Amino acid sequence: MPHSSHPRRRFEIWIGARDSLPMLLGAAPFGIIFGTLAVPSGLSAPGALAMSLFVFAGSAQFIALNLLAGGAALPVILLTTFVVNLRHALYSATLLPHVAGLRQRWRIPLAFWLTDETFAVVQLRYAAPDLSPHKHWYYLGSCLAMYGNWFLCTLVGVVLGRSIPRLEHMGLEFAMAATFTGIVVPMLRSLPMLGAALAAAAVALAARGLPYKLGLVLAALAGVVIGVLLEELREAS
Amino acid sequence: MSGREVALIAGMTAVTFLVRYAFFALGDRLAFPPLAHRALRYVPVAVLTAIIVPMVLLPDGTHWQLTWHNAWLLGALVTGVIAWRFNHLLASITGGMLVFFFYRWVTG
Repeated sequence: MPHSSHPRRRFEIWIGARDSLPMLLGAAPFGIIFGTLAVPSGLSAPGALAMSLFVFAGSAQFIALNLLAGGAALPVILLTTFVVNLRHALYSATLLPHVAGLRQRWRIPLAFWLTDETFAVVQLRYAAPDLSPHKHWYYLGSCLAMYGNWFLCTLVGVVLGRSIPRLEHMGLEFAMAATFTGIVVPMLRSLPMLGAALAAAAVALAARGLPYKLGLVLAALAGVVIGVLLEELREAS
Repeated sequence: MSGREVALIAGMTAVTFLVRYAFFALGDRLAFPPLAHRALRYVPVAVLTAIIVPMVLLPDGTHWQLTWHNAWLLGALVTGVIAWRFNHLLASITGGMLVFFFYRWVTG
């Protein structure tokens, strides 16, 4: 990767990491719980760490543990991983216009590190009116923060095992909900955007019983369709 | 690590990476038609809303909690109001989290 001695680049890395801070807090309990559940589910401690290091996809990792504990076959786990991660294709399609001009040595790691959280802050950074040519350094900063945090939390979970009391009841996950809310609400200033949000919310609630995050994918698609329809209607009138 | 575990992790790594990388791999060679461009602008609002709303309205994942006793709902509302009024992300997150944790602390 190119050197980061340029002060603007270093600044973008820093604010990318800083803006991801609440979500580090939100992801921490999941990372730790993943670490504590891994060994009882039948994964070795090095296997748990390797999974966080190479797969780096929280929901898919949890579901894999579940399937592993239930004795599922490898192809089943891989197919499930694919379905659970489908939403990332939507994220990368959305970000593509912004990264299309970058070299492969950028696009490969930025794709590898693409998560819900990083997508949330990075799309906001790309939408900002300033024409900084260094916004991919912001993206990198968010990635590095999330990645380091996820690995360290997994490590803490693996080392401490089941000795962390009530971690899942502390409500740290609220930090993620708050960040996403703070990002979404100011975007709801047009009727199509508001319609997209309402449609997505309704479908997410109705389809919340579906396994493997399928409800999330359906909700996203419903929101997009309603948003575009409202936009077309507004233009036609 | 057993051979089966190595295969599991290698397979999951490949599948996850390919889903994330498929569009990025194309780079300049893929130009979306105008309708797709338009549609993709709604992805952030749609997907983030779809993540938040069930979390906030059913914090335990199964039971509706449409009451003032729901710290998640209260915290998210405060976050939303601050974000709408001041358009300042950090202030909205901080405000929402203060309300959320204070409320949980008070109600035990």
